[in-house]
Amino acid sequence: MAKYLLLKHYRGAPAAVNDVPMDQWTPEEVTAHVQYMRVFAARLEETGEFVDGQALAPEGTWVRYDGEGRPPVTDGPFPETKDLIAGWMVIDVDSHERALELAGELSAAPGAGGKPIHEWLELRPFLAEPPTVTE
Amino acid sequence: MTPAVDEALLRGLTPTVLAILVRRGADFAAAEDAVQEALVEALRVWPADPPRDPKGWLVTVAWRKFLDATRADAARRRREDIVDEEPEPGQAVGVDDTLQLYFLCAHPSLTPSSAVALTLRAVGGLTTRQIAAAYLVPEATMAQRVSRAKRTVSGVRFDQPGDVATVLRVLYLVFNEGYSGDVDLAAEAIRLTRQLAAVIDHPEVAGLLALMLLHHARRASRTAPDGSLVPLAEQDRGRWDTRLIAEGVEILQAALARDRLGEFQAQAAIAALHADAPTAEETDWVQIVEWYDELVRLTDSPLVRLNRAVAVGEADGPRAGLAELASLDEGLPRYAAVSAYLHERDGDLASAARLYAEAAAKATNLAERDHLTRQAARLNTRLRG
Repeated sequence: MAKYLLLKHYRGAPAAVNDVPMDQWTPEEVTAHVQYMRVFAARLEETGEFVDGQALAPEGTWVRYDGEGRPPVTDGPFPETKDLIAGWMVIDVDSHERALELAGELSAAPGAGGKPIHEWLELRPFLAEPPTVTE
Repeated sequence: MTPAVDEALLRGLTPTVLAILVRRGADFAAAEDAVQEALVEALRVWPADPPRDPKGWLVTVAWRKFLDATRADAARRRREDIVDEEPEPGQAVGVDDTLQLYFLCAHPSLTPSSAVALTLRAVGGLTTRQIAAAYLVPEATMAQRVSRAKRTVSGVRFDQPGDVATVLRVLYLVFNEGYSGDVDLAAEAIRLTRQLAAVIDHPEVAGLLALMLLHHARRASRTAPDGSLVPLAEQDRGRWDTRLIAEGVEILQAALARDRLGEFQAQAAIAALHADAPTAEETDWVQIVEWYDELVRLTDSPLVRLNRAVAVGEADGPRAGLAELASLDEGLPRYAAVSAYLHERDGDLASAARLYAEAAAKATNLAERDHLTRQAARLNTRLRG
C-alpha cells in the first residue's frame, strides 16, 4: 500500500562489500547476476508488488536553463561528483519493513566469486496521494 | 441512443450473485472468476439489450461461465455431479451469504493490500483494471494480487463466522486511499459499508459508516481549486454537505445509544463535533478532548495522544497542548507539524518556522508537504519583515 523507489547506482553510492568492477567478473558470474535480478523482478510480479523497473545507460548529462534565447547548458564543472543511476525499480508493498527486506534481497545479488555483492541500494518512499481524512 | 449500463446496480448485485454461485457448489475462486466474466459481458450486452431481471441474467450467465470453465477443466469434472443435484436457478439467497463474503475478503490470513483488492473485486464488483487504476499499479500487478488473495482464502470455509473488526479495517483502508482512476474509492467504501450495515447489526459498523459520511461531507472544502490543502479552521463551511452530515449524526446517535462504544464511534463523535460547529471558533473543544480521552482508553495509540494534544491546545491553550506533547515520542508522524502549530499559537514564531520546515521534510504526501512548506515560508517572511 506504499510505493518505494529502489535505486541502483553505477557511481555515487558507498562501495559494495564485494567491490569488484563487473568487467573483472567471469562471464558466468555476470550471467548469474543478471539472472538473479530477472528472477527477483519476476517474483515481485507474482506477489503483486511489482510496479515498474528499467535499467539506465551509464552515461547521463547534466542540463540547465541558461537564459532567454540561449541553448541549455550541458554538463559542467562537476562531472566527477555526479551520481550515476544504473537502474530503478518501483515496488508497491504493505510496509516499510517489507521494502527493506526486498532491498536487502536485491543487494544480495551474486557478484565476483559467486559471492553476494552486498551493494548499497537507495530506497526512497514515494510521496503518496493525500488521504481522504486529513484533519 | 442506447442507455448506459447502470454500473451501480451491477456492482450492487455482485456479492449476491457470487454468494449464489458459491452456495450452489462453486468454489470461491472459480465463482469469482465467473462473476467477473459475467459483469464484463453485462457491460457489453446490456446497453443494446437491457435485461428485464438483471440479477437473474447475471446469475444465469455467471453460472454458465462457471460451468464452461469447469467443463474445460477435467480435474474439476467431479463438481459437475454436485451441480446436477443442486436446485434450479433463482433461489433466494440469505443475507448471511453477503456477510460471509465480507468476512472472507478481509480474512486475517490476507495482507492488507490483498484484502483491499479482493474486497473491491468480489464484494465491490470493480474490475481489476479499475482497482489497478485506483491504486496506480499496473493491471498485471493487481491481477496477481487478486489471484494470490483468492488462493490464500480458497481453503476457508464459507460458513465460518468472521471478525467484523477486520472487515471494518479493510473498508477504512479503502476509504482513506483518496482517489485516482475513474472510481472514487471513498464513495465506494461508503457504498460497501452501507451494504454491510444493512446485513449486520453492529454499533461499530454504524460508527464507521457515520465517520465516513461525516468526513466525506467535508471533502469539497478540504482542498483549494489548485489542489492545496485547506486546514479545518479555514474551510468554507458553506460547502459542507449538510445532508451527509445530518445522516452521519443520526446514524452515530443511534449507535451511541446502544452503549457499546468502539473506536469508530468515538472518532465519528469527534468528526460530528467539528461538523456541528457553525464556525471554527465555536468548536466544542472541551467535548472533543473528552472523546479523545475515550479513544485513548480504547486504543492506547500514540497517534491518538498526538491528536489529543492538539485538542487540548485548543481547549486549554497552546501551553497546555505543548505540555501534553512533551510526554510523547518526537518520532511520531506529524509530531513536528503539531509542535509547530502549537508554538505558533504560543507566539514563538522562530521555533514554529523551524518546526514547520522540519515537518515538511517528513511529510508523506505532496499536498501536506507543500502546505507545511508554505507555513514555514509565511513565518520566515514575517520574521524577516
